[in-house]
Amino acid sequence: MAEDSVITEEMRSMIDVESDETVYEIEKEPIRRWADAIGDPNPLYRNEEYAKKKRYRSIIGPPAFVDQYSFPVKLGQRQARIRSPFTRKLNGGDEYEFFIPVQAGDTVTSTTKLVELLEREGRLGKMLIQIYETTYKNQNGEAVVKSRNTDISY
Amino acid sequence: MADQVYWEDIEVGSEIPPLVKEPDPQQLVKWAGASGDFYQIHYDKDFALGNNLPDIIVHGALKSAWLGQLLGDWVGEKGEIKKYGCSYRGMDIPGDKLTCKGTVTNKYEAGGEHCVECDIWLENSKREKTTLGTAVVALPLKG
Repeated sequence: MAEDSVITEEMRSMIDVESDETVYEIEKEPIRRWADAIGDPNPLYRNEEYAKKKRYRSIIGPPAFVDQYSFPVKLGQRQARIRSPFTRKLNGGDEYEFFIPVQAGDTVTSTTKLVELLEREGRLGKMLIQIYETTYKNQNGEAVVKSRNTDISY
Repeated sequence: MADQVYWEDIEVGSEIPPLVKEPDPQQLVKWAGASGDFYQIHYDKDFALGNNLPDIIVHGALKSAWLGQLLGDWVGEKGEIKKYGCSYRGMDIPGDKLTCKGTVTNKYEAGGEHCVECDIWLENSKREKTTLGTAVVALPLKG
């Protein structure tokens, strides 16, 4: 390891360690507000009567909704996230795999783990790159979304 | 909404109908409120400059949501987005005109589904591709 590496053994020990569950209650108004913020007029995300005619119980979340919605009702005690020595942050990228849509009325639980830790020198200077994978399941234990998110700090 | 697109209509090289977004700072505030990402680089210019950024910048996750809309609009109610992902290579500043685009790179059958692979991206008003990604969708058959 280079002498000026910011990656510690403590950080490395967090790789592949699954967090405790975080819980989200999926509700109509947050979905509508999210669709509004994007500027997506799709009635599946806004109109419950329309969604019910299309085989859903209620309005559904847009694809990336559950991964980007940051208002859990319960946060798992053991968290997967490590603390970076760098305080400035950027989002490096997001990937999603979709299984079934999330619907208003669902309760979704997620677990996260750190899967990769890298350092790079870039335009912004030295950067720490953390890649996390999160699995989201609904109240029936069915996978709804899996995400892979790249966090950059510098 | 656009007409439903079908597997038979698509070939390698087909273009996804582009989606234009012209975010202003207020939209970034709406997104912050809706997503819970209150990081100040998206609405506080002094903070952004202090982070060595040129201006307040569009949230990466918002760009990903727009690419989700690009795909969702294209596949319609009978199609399905199986996966997509993107990297935020360049900063996008509110006030710029951003266009989400995609082209089909592959078409195949797998597990009983008719899948289409695409390159997707977001380009700014200077035609620079700030956000690059790929997607796999499943489309319905006409017959």
